Amino acid sequence: MSAHTQMEHHTTLGLDHRKLGFWVFLASECVFFMSLIITFIIYSGRPQEGPTHEVLNIPLTAFNTFVLLTSSLSMVLAVDATRRGDKRQMQLWLLATILMGSFFIGVQIFEYRELMHEGLTLTSNLFGMTFYLLTGFHGAHVTFGILWLLVVFIKSFGDTFGPQNDVPVDIMGLYWHFVDLVWVFLFPIVYLIKW
Amino acid sequence: MATRTEPIARPSTLATWWDTVVEWATTVDHKKVGILYILASIVFFLFGGIEALMIRTQLAGPELRFIHPQTYNEVLTMHGTTMVFLVVMPILTGFGNYFVPLMIGARDMAFPRLNMLGFWLFFFGGILLYLSFLSGGAPDAGWFAYAPLTDDTFSPTRGMDFWILGLTVTGIASITGSINFVVTILNMRAPGMTLNRMPIFVWTTLVTAFLILFAFPSLTVATIFLFFDRNFGTGFYSPEMGGTPLLWQHLFWFFGHPEVYIMILPSFGLISEMIPVFSRKPIFGYAAVVYATVAIGFIGFTVWAHHMFAVGMPPVVAASFGAASMIIAVPTAIKIFNWVGTMWGGSLRLRTPMLFAISFVAMFLIGGLTGIFLATVPVDWQLTDSYFVVAHFHYVLFGGAFMSILGAAYYWFPKMTGRMMDERLGFWNWLLVFVGFNLTFFPMHILGLDGMPRRIATYGAGLGWDFWNFVSTVGAYMIGAGMIIFFINFFHSLRNGPEAGDNPWEGWTLEWATASPPPAHNFDGLPPITSRRPLWDVKLNRVLTPEEVKARLVKDEHIHLPPPSFWPLVVGLGVVLIAAGMIYTYVMTVLGVLTWVIGVLGWIQEKGY
Repeated sequence: MSAHTQMEHHTTLGLDHRKLGFWVFLASECVFFMSLIITFIIYSGRPQEGPTHEVLNIPLTAFNTFVLLTSSLSMVLAVDATRRGDKRQMQLWLLATILMGSFFIGVQIFEYRELMHEGLTLTSNLFGMTFYLLTGFHGAHVTFGILWLLVVFIKSFGDTFGPQNDVPVDIMGLYWHFVDLVWVFLFPIVYLIKW
Repeated sequence: MATRTEPIARPSTLATWWDTVVEWATTVDHKKVGILYILASIVFFLFGGIEALMIRTQLAGPELRFIHPQTYNEVLTMHGTTMVFLVVMPILTGFGNYFVPLMIGARDMAFPRLNMLGFWLFFFGGILLYLSFLSGGAPDAGWFAYAPLTDDTFSPTRGMDFWILGLTVTGIASITGSINFVVTILNMRAPGMTLNRMPIFVWTTLVTAFLILFAFPSLTVATIFLFFDRNFGTGFYSPEMGGTPLLWQHLFWFFGHPEVYIMILPSFGLISEMIPVFSRKPIFGYAAVVYATVAIGFIGFTVWAHHMFAVGMPPVVAASFGAASMIIAVPTAIKIFNWVGTMWGGSLRLRTPMLFAISFVAMFLIGGLTGIFLATVPVDWQLTDSYFVVAHFHYVLFGGAFMSILGAAYYWFPKMTGRMMDERLGFWNWLLVFVGFNLTFFPMHILGLDGMPRRIATYGAGLGWDFWNFVSTVGAYMIGAGMIIFFINFFHSLRNGPEAGDNPWEGWTLEWATASPPPAHNFDGLPPITSRRPLWDVKLNRVLTPEEVKARLVKDEHIHLPPPSFWPLVVGLGVVLIAAGMIYTYVMTVLGVLTWVIGVLGWIQEKGY
């Protein structure tokens, strides 16, 4: 979309190197989460003792899902503001994304504490280990995204980004949407479906 | 031309030595990164080769006690791991780094700093893996590390943790390298270099990059689970916790089978560059070779369970995986016909690269045929875990991949150094390796059919295995002698080889359109690219006189070279410290995180990709 505004270097496909490379990276990440998800599905259905699916707090996580998905909207608005050259709006929406992402992680930490209280731990049973590794790696991705957003936010004070240089914000957006999209799969697979 | 008044003796050898180190440690030039990959792989090849000779010495006769069984397991595991992850893969990446940008007429890779980071991660990951020998014991569960051999009961040393973390670090290197190749190949082709005109080595590198991107995450997940099982009390692979060791096999082979093609597809590419040049003919069926490469890439993801027939699976599943494995023989066979068709009727020049290339076709064919045996489910039940399998995969990986690498070394040495390698030594190098290889590995077919299991540290006398094992050991030492000749040739030619000139083999791909070795900016000008053989067009088109060609060279006005950067080194050091800290002490991990953060912040402050 932004390729025609971003022609610092001539490229064969007309796409910015960084953007093309990042799409390729995300394709690889898909297989990473796919392997984790398949393990979760297979292991959740196996007979096991201890707390499983029934201890999950679905209403809380549903609300958390809503917050994370909304943060994708604010990310889009931040990218859009960058392209329009509206620095104030860009910073506003970046900050909103950071806050919503942090809220999501905060709730996830709270949820983990509650679940451990219920006896669901990393070593309690198959459900425990697959649940914590799957949602944990997603949470780690969100956390990394927040740190990355912070770097973008701090750099944005220096008139770094604008219509002439929107690719770094654009790529940040790609990452953030990817992490959200993974959660769109995780929420039904982990929370809503009883395998 | 340098004048005589310039001082020839340099002022301080120590200072110039240090300058050279800094120059190479901070380089982002794809050619230097490529050379670093190749040199580091050669060092690891020496380790892997010595391990191979230790294995063969131990197995030279029945009930020998050359090394302890535990040491044998460690050496065996490290031999496989080293050859796969630290020799064949990175040396092919090294050739790709050096030649892909040249072949498509580019200045550099798309992300020069990421490229260097990839080298550091591969190199540090390899060192981390080898530190295990000094830290209580190397990994000892075989290169595919089946559960439950890898759990803390059966592998009580930290060896497997080194294996997990070393492979994770080198795995990140492979991912970054692959992203770089994909973007470079798709996005940095010179004007006129359409996909349809790319050299086949570039095509195979592209497909391999996608294979790495889609296969490695599965290995990463498998090893993360294993690390948690060994260190944090989970039981992904432990039946006592309700888990199953089969999960490891599926995750590992979902990576492991594409891995086979990750090693062989670029080798196909090397062969497809050499055979036409030394047959004086264009490749027979360019499109067929490219389509076959892509087909192998796809089908390669659907055959992984043929490594697991013996664990038992429903007949329909086994039959499907067996059938898919046989189907993959079709595109592979197409390529064999392409290479034979290229040689057919050509005026062959049997120089050293061509000797290796022809050996590749013959040896790989044998390995491919035994692969069809093993894809047949009942035959696999009989032969699995026997020396027949060892023979099979050495025919494809040594007779295949490694032969092509040696051929490519002779083929491209003149371009990389400006000097020719010695043909007489090259012939002896080839003869000893070829004969030694067949002496080593052909008897293993017989041993396997006679029931000798693989991975055993010794065997009883009188089982009928003594003779062929001894032959095999003799062959291994012949290979060793052949490789010593290679190194003599290498170092001798580096200083004393005759000057190569730009295009000693009369090749027609773009790497031959520049000086040997190429200047930092690769090309002063590119010939117009209107076909798959740009240099041939220049040579054969009688309309163009040399002066006209020169006038028609596509001149690049602004030559912008990325400045050297030491941030890749800092980031790479950070990553490997984080990994090493998980074994040694968490202080190292904290230090690693700090180093990594500093490296990343420095990286993003610096201009450039």
